[in-house]
Amino acid sequence: MKRAFPIFAIVTAGLLTFALYEALVVAPTEQTMGDVQRIFYYHVPSAWTAFLLFFINFGASLVYLIKRNTKADILALVSAEVGVVFCTVVLVTGPIWARPVWGIWWTWDMRLTLTLVLWLIYVSYLVLRRFSSGSQTPLIAAVLAIFGALDVPLVYFSIWYFRTQHPSPVIGRGGELDPRMAHVLLINWLAFSCFAFLVCWSRYRLEQVKRDVDETQALEALLETRSVR
Amino acid sequence: MKYLYAAYAATWLIHVGYLGNLYLRYKRLQQEITDLRKK
Repeated sequence: MKRAFPIFAIVTAGLLTFALYEALVVAPTEQTMGDVQRIFYYHVPSAWTAFLLFFINFGASLVYLIKRNTKADILALVSAEVGVVFCTVVLVTGPIWARPVWGIWWTWDMRLTLTLVLWLIYVSYLVLRRFSSGSQTPLIAAVLAIFGALDVPLVYFSIWYFRTQHPSPVIGRGGELDPRMAHVLLINWLAFSCFAFLVCWSRYRLEQVKRDVDETQALEALLETRSVR
Repeated sequence: MKYLYAAYAATWLIHVGYLGNLYLRYKRLQQEITDLRKK
């Protein structure tokens, strides 16, 4: 396992560099938007990765609720944290793309508002985990995560069922994306997914060690109290 | 082009910022482990 991490890190770095090259050089220039459309290769894979991480958070929270498994609790925390980072990327790159294309940074339409709500739900989840120290915190957080996950399909399908400023789906129902663009999009998604996995891996190990240290400190404090008595 | 570069730069700033935050947490934890070992 100790060797696997640096090897995977090198592979991910190579993949991210290749994906960047594909996005900036290989992908064809879109006719109406021009080069600014290349933001798509970072914006969309970041959104998909965030959804994937929130889905993992949902599954891990469900497992925690059923089995009270500590590993599931750590996985839920880690996936939510990294998911929020990717969702932040979506909320930052979206307006940077919207400004030259729509002429505005932001509009309160269904897709954008629901994405902001999704981000706020998971930020509140992390705030709860950070500042609440009771033994019931993982349980309350797991319930919140399950409610939060309900927003993910709403965000995803909002452009199918509502008239929004946001572009229609480019892949799947009604999507007609140039195959060369789809290829670059999928490479970028693979690269960002590997990067997310790598970050989750480090964060998971960090959380495991943190919990061990907290436990040792609590035990030490207890022993000190007893020796004073 | 400036919007394109701004978006890509912002993406990596967010990721690097988060990785930096993880590194600081790791350092703090390492310090706590060293303190525990001294006791």
